[in-house]
Amino acid sequence: MGVTAVEIEHLRKTYGSVVAVDDVSFSVTEGEIFGILGPNGAGKTTTVECAVGLRPPDSGTIRLLGLDPRADRERVHEIVGVQLQASAMPAKLRVGEILDMYRSFYREPADVDGLIEVLGLAAKRGDYYKSLSGGQRQRLSVALALVGRPKIAVLDEMTTGLDPAARREAWDLIEDVRASGVTILLVTHFMEEAERLCDRVALVDNGRVVALDTPPSLAARARGGKTVRFVPSAPFEDRLLSELPEVTRVEREARHMVVTGTGELVNAVILTLAAAGVTARDVQLDSSNLEDAFVRLTGKHLTKDISKTQDIIKEGASS
Amino acid sequence: MNSLSLSAVSNPVPRSLPLPNPVRRAAFGKIVLNEARLTWRRPVGLIGGVGIPLLLLVIFGELPAFKQHQASFGGITIFDAYVPILAAFGLAMLALLGVPIPLVSYRELGVLRRLSTTPVPPFLVLAAQAVIQMVIAVTTVVVILVVSVAAFGAPAPVSPAGLVLSVAVSIAGLLPIGLLIAAVARTSNAASVIGRLTFFPLMFFAGLWLPRALMPTVLLDISNYTPLGAAVQAMQDSMQTGFPPAAPLLVLTGYALVFGFLARRFFRWE
Repeated sequence: MGVTAVEIEHLRKTYGSVVAVDDVSFSVTEGEIFGILGPNGAGKTTTVECAVGLRPPDSGTIRLLGLDPRADRERVHEIVGVQLQASAMPAKLRVGEILDMYRSFYREPADVDGLIEVLGLAAKRGDYYKSLSGGQRQRLSVALALVGRPKIAVLDEMTTGLDPAARREAWDLIEDVRASGVTILLVTHFMEEAERLCDRVALVDNGRVVALDTPPSLAARARGGKTVRFVPSAPFEDRLLSELPEVTRVEREARHMVVTGTGELVNAVILTLAAAGVTARDVQLDSSNLEDAFVRLTGKHLTKDISKTQDIIKEGASS
Repeated sequence: MNSLSLSAVSNPVPRSLPLPNPVRRAAFGKIVLNEARLTWRRPVGLIGGVGIPLLLLVIFGELPAFKQHQASFGGITIFDAYVPILAAFGLAMLALLGVPIPLVSYRELGVLRRLSTTPVPPFLVLAAQAVIQMVIAVTTVVVILVVSVAAFGAPAPVSPAGLVLSVAVSIAGLLPIGLLIAAVARTSNAASVIGRLTFFPLMFFAGLWLPRALMPTVLLDISNYTPLGAAVQAMQDSMQTGFPPAAPLLVLTGYALVFGFLARRFFRWE
């Protein structure tokens, strides 16, 4: 384990009688992409707002590279780049002017030309903010989060409102940013996004972390493992597979063998069969995903109650 | 994509090091520049603060009746009486509408919230707005003065130093009122409505519809204690008699202190 970039312990935040964050703890290692996944109203945004010093927590401690976001506020703002969910820019400022201004806020800013290029905004540099599409505004917002060359980037619902192509571009960008050594705290309610990007994910519900692990481990936990289905080229004894440490169950469904297990299940099954002279045909890996994990852990669907944008509905239907 | 180099991970993290002053100054310069661009690109404030008083000045200057010296005006012309009133008009437009509306819309949009996650304190946006609106305000006063003297034969100010002081104190008294409007208004529409509802009564006491010289004693007494009444009194005295008396300057200073305190107390960033 490397340096701890983000450390949150027993964070609690209430608004009047509403408990937004009940008890949230996690720590993020430098260079990690850490996801906070949960339905709307789970307390994700409040958690990151406290983490970046926008709101004072009721109790609990927060450290960003050892700094307190309230007490060491100025320094924290220099090392943490933030992309907020609800923040627009003045309509009649041009993209270049906004970036140029934000650039001037930092002592060692990034190269605006490079950033604008990478984010695909080069052609929009001279355009007014009001003329940008939702996706372009999101990318500008990400650019502003990165222009100060932060050590930690906090991205809240970065891809909400993006079309699928733009979303994949944003994911590529995040991976590039991480490759340059930036720790990323990613708030999302898209499973696909968390599974694709995050090294570890905290599933948050009702202001609490209900599970925290890598996306595959969380998914595996949801169904007690993954399932391989295949048609064997020749008959064989169930024992051949059921004795493998990776395998927990072997079933036959008509022509198909259904093998349930954990770890490197597919490799183990295929290698063992090959050694016995059996080929597995029509192999299907039925692995449960984060959505399954979430349903299992909280009893509710991540995207069920959300109808904010068309885009989210589509995402919910496909996952 | 490979050339992306954003991180400064190799550098150690010093604790609580304030942003160096040159960085802060450069940042303020950029904020002022962008605020100035916005003011220029959405020139409602410029039209209200400079255009309208100047237009009224020209219209009044062309009215023959306004050119006659009036005993009831203390021997000056109606036009001369309107010069400080129109200057106050410009100052009030900028302070009561020009300052709060953009600030409230920034809060609505989350601009101020976004800024408060950067090393630069968001009050620099307030400061930038104040600087820009007041530069425009001073320009308005200067333009009104020059046009009234050069084009319409108004007398040059008797006490230029008094006039500079009066304008400065007037700005100091009006600006915090605008900031308080920005503090209490939740939406930019509300700010606009509150600004107007403040502007018109104050302009009444400034003498826009009934110059102070013609006001009954009761109205004049009230006028003396309103910010625009005091501003007009101070500017008019500087223009026509000499260094202004302490009373209007103290009234304006009082407004500056009280509303400055209230604005500071109630201003919200989000």
